[in-house]
Order: sequence, then structure tokens, then C-alpha cells
Amino acid sequence: MKTAARLSAALGLGARGLLVGLLTTAFLTPFYLMLRGSLMDARGITSPHWTWWPSTAHFENFTALFDDPTLSMGRALGNSTVIALITAPVSTLLASAAGYAFARIPVRGRGVLLALVVATLMIPGSVTFVPTFVVVGSLGGVNTLWGIIAPGLFNPFAVLLFRNFYLQFPAEIEEAGRLDGLGWFGLYRRIALPNSGAMLASLGALAFIDSWNSFLWPLVIGQDPSAWTAQIALSTFLTSQTINLPGLFAGAVVTIVPLVVMFLVAQRYIVAGIATSGLKG
Amino acid sequence: MLSAPQTTRRSGRPGPPGPSGRSTAGAARAGRSGTGRSGTGRPGAGRSGAGRSGRIAFALLTAPILIGLGVFKYVAIGWSFLLSLSDARGTIAPTRWVGLDNYRALLSDGTFRGSLTQILWFTAFIVPVTFAASLGLALLVHRIRRGRAVLRTVFLIPAAVSYVAASLLWKMCLFNGLPGGIANTLGGWFGMEPVPWLQTTTPPLYWIVLVTLRLWLQVGFYMVLFLAGLQSIPKELYEAAALDGATGLRLLRRITLPMLRGTSVAVLMLLFIAAFQAFDEFYNLFNSGLSGTGGAPVQTPLGYLYNTAMGSQDYGMGSAGAFVLTALIVGVTLIQGRFTGFGRSEG
Repeated sequence: MKTAARLSAALGLGARGLLVGLLTTAFLTPFYLMLRGSLMDARGITSPHWTWWPSTAHFENFTALFDDPTLSMGRALGNSTVIALITAPVSTLLASAAGYAFARIPVRGRGVLLALVVATLMIPGSVTFVPTFVVVGSLGGVNTLWGIIAPGLFNPFAVLLFRNFYLQFPAEIEEAGRLDGLGWFGLYRRIALPNSGAMLASLGALAFIDSWNSFLWPLVIGQDPSAWTAQIALSTFLTSQTINLPGLFAGAVVTIVPLVVMFLVAQRYIVAGIATSGLKG
Repeated sequence: MLSAPQTTRRSGRPGPPGPSGRSTAGAARAGRSGTGRSGTGRPGAGRSGAGRSGRIAFALLTAPILIGLGVFKYVAIGWSFLLSLSDARGTIAPTRWVGLDNYRALLSDGTFRGSLTQILWFTAFIVPVTFAASLGLALLVHRIRRGRAVLRTVFLIPAAVSYVAASLLWKMCLFNGLPGGIANTLGGWFGMEPVPWLQTTTPPLYWIVLVTLRLWLQVGFYMVLFLAGLQSIPKELYEAAALDGATGLRLLRRITLPMLRGTSVAVLMLLFIAAFQAFDEFYNLFNSGLSGTGGAPVQTPLGYLYNTAMGSQDYGMGSAGAFVLTALIVGVTLIQGRFTGFGRSEG
């Protein structure tokens, strides 16, 4: 009886281990294939015979990527970096400031303004690219970096999350600052903001990922190669006349690896961000 | 309620250095009077509001968001509504009023209707599959004691990959139709002939490509939501049920699933909205030109809008399409909210 139970438990454990192993392999395989492809030559990739790893690593696939004047991968990566480095902190800070005001400062009309902010949540993001293009276009934002950045700086969802966060923020902490003569603005900047580190980090990390990976909006607004982001440059690999497979894989590596590294470093915040922000959607 | 020493330490860090006795006194006062969250207890503030300085601070702190959302959401949508009722080809300044003609033309266009059918099919596939897979993964990861963090990372890493990069990997590498591609190599081990995955519409093999791609990218994200839900279920519930002799599937059906109800509703809603907004992978898997004239076997409504607004420069039709699609998504979300909100009772 006891042995039977132990045996079935061991079998269950074995089955679960097997399942975990298979799933892990399946989830990591695309990364392995990408790295493998980026180090092979075109003939190796299209060969009908499977090879696990190229015998000679063709690192020139990467240098060719940055030497190609028509593609400007270096410029695209630079654009993406600038866009994400501006979008993540600015959008998070703006949301935190507004969230604080909505949570703490009792002003007449506050409820109406908050309702106006929340109402924009009803409209799904990418569906509005035509209206947004009309506005950004008329302001002269086509083919400019600010045209790509600006619409993404105002995140109503983050405002709502920060408001909830500051509503639960102990009022006693601010009381001392108040007695020291701080006004509302000072209270936010000197007390509330320095105590929001975890929220800022988690929402900032998610904003960084979203911005780096966004495709439709940069495609709409950045038609000229000078305004291409890394995603657009990568996408054009499939639209050029001759498909350069090793270049394609090398391109995928240079757009994925920086983000994966950031992801692993900031993972704690990203998980916390998904767990809080995802649920209230 | 925070203890006084902690308050002193926290407030002592950022503010200008004041006599520490004052801070402690302030904390004590706050503790005693118990003026809660609203912060109206500020010296000098009126009873009904925050006063002039409060209004100024409120305006400064909220102005960027309010102006930004005003311009990029409200102005944009208002303007676009005018465009949708106008003949606006090649211009974003409405010239000629055409009433509902754009909407009529849109709804009678077979390509647009085809894109709606396409997205409904896609949603019908991807929503239940992703839901089940992410719940399953969460249950699996949750039960594993050692290496849980590593496993969670493995499933979550793809969430850092863009749809563009994933589409290229799927198209050129996993399902590339070459005999040496991984899907065909694996199939070959089981005696399958090499298959041109993205060129075959009957049977629709491209469906496998689409669904596995989105699954790989999304499943870890929703798994984290379910994991958070699982962690909030009190252990006592399981212990009590175990005393009653409940095991395995019964525990899952009687405790885990009902307790995950809130999470499940949220996940379903997010999945629906995400599916309706599909564009990136369809564009990169099926479109061969930036002009959007490639012979795409499948197209989503957003792809149709992209071709209409950016390709044909018809901003009137494009705006009308944006409104139809928004109405559809808002409608589905509301119906789903109603349905799941008034659905069967707990347990």
C-alpha cells in the first residue's frame, strides 16, 4: 500500500519532470535557432541536412549588418534606444504625478477629470492609429522621433495604477513633511515620489519593453529610413528583393538580445508590474 | 498604521532637515487625530477643497497627462469622426461631406468583411488555447518547489521578444518550408514529407504558425497573472478540503478554479482585446511589401485599415474603419463583462 503510493508519486514526479523538460526545450528552441542562424552562412541555413552548430562561426554577419548603408541598422537601433529611454521614464513620471494629484489633492472637478482620463482606457490602443496619425501628421510629426514618441507618453492606465497606489500610501508619512512647510508639490516630489521606487521601476520596465517592441505606430509615422526603429528595420529584411538569411538572423539577435538582457536584470519588477497592472485591465 | 519611529525615518530622508522632535510630534499628532487618506487636514486648507496652492499644484501635476490625452485621444477622435463623414482622400483636412457613405462602402467591401471573419476565427482559436495553456503552466510552475523561479523565467522570456522578431523566426526558421527547417526536420523523423507551411491554405497550415507564435509570446505573461492569483488562495481552504478527502481534480474544480474567477475574467478580457488588435505577426508573416499590395492570404481589420489609410491614403474610410473596429471591441468587452459578471454562481 505504502510502496504503491510512493511508486505512483515517483511516477507522477517523473512525468512532471519530463513535461517540464519538454516545455523548457520548446520555449528555448527559438532562441537557440536564432543564434545558430546568425552564425551560419546562407548555404548552411538552406542546406537540407540538419547541423546543430556551424563549424565555423560567421561573425561577419553582424558587421555586415552595420556596414550596409541601405539598411542603417545602427541608426535604427539608435532610434529605438532613444525612443525607449525617453518613453519609459517620462511616461512613468507623468503618470505618477497625475496619479498623486488625483489621489491626494482635493480639488473641485477632480472626479470629472479622472473620468475623462479613465474613459480613454475604453479605446484600445492600436485601433486609434488613424486618428493619431491625423493629429501627429498635422503637427508635422511624420518621420520625426518626437512624432513616434509623443503619443506614447500619456498612459491613462498607469495614472489609474499610481492613483490606487497613492490612495493606499500612509498619510502619516506626509504629515511630517507638511509640518516642515512643504506644499502639495513638495510633498509629491520629496516624499511621495522617493517612496514609489518599486512602482516606478515596474511600470517603467513594462513601458520600456512596449516601446522597444512597438511596430504599428512606428511603421505608420516613420516612413523614411532615417526614422526607422529597430523593429521596422528588421521587418524590411523580408521585403527587400533578395532575402539575406544570415543577416536576418543577425538582425533578430541585435534587436532581441538587448531587451532580453534588460528583462533578466529587471525581472523582479517586470513580474510585479504584470501581476499588478494586468489584473486591473 | 505605521509606528512613529518608522515615520520619522522615512520623512527624515527627503525633507529639509528639521528638528527631529517636530517630526515625531507630527507623526504622533497624525496618529491621534487619524485624519485618513484625503489629506484635507493640511493647515490652512479650507474644508471643501485644497485652497489656491492646492489648485495650482493639482494643475501642475495633472496638466501634462490631461493635455496629452486631450490632444492625442479626444482631439484625434473628434477630428477622425469628422473625417469618417467626409470625402478625405489624400488629405487630412475634410473637404466634402458625404455622410455615412464611408461606413456604407466599408461594410459592403468584401475585403473588410473578410478581415472581420478572419479575426473572429483567430480569436476563437487563440483565446481558449492561450487561456488553457497559461492556466496549465501556472498550475505546473506553482506546484514545483525547486527551480520555480528558473522555470517562470523560461516561460516569461519570450514576452520580451517583439512580434516582428518572432514572426521572422517562425517564418524563416521554424516553419520555413525547407527540408532542413526544424518543423520539417522533426516531421521527417516521423515520416512526414516537407511542408510549405505558409503557402498552403487548404488545409490551413498557416494557422499552426499563427497560433504557436502568439502562444510562445503571450503564454508567460498570462501565466504570471494566474500565478499571482494562485498565491492569493488561502492554504487553509486546501487543508480543509483535504480533510474531507478531496484530491486532485476535485480540488481543482471545487477550490482552485472558483478562487481564480476574478483572474480568469480579467485574462479573458485581455486576451480578447489583444486578439482583436492583431496586426504585427499577420503583416510580417503574410505581407511581402510595405505598400501592402502583397497577396496576403489572411488579413486582420487593422491590416485592412493600414492599407486603406497608409496605402490608399483614404483617411475618411480609414477613420470609419477605426470607429467600426472600436465599436466592435468595446461591444464585445461590455458583453463579456456582463456575461461573466452575471454568470453562474461561485463554486
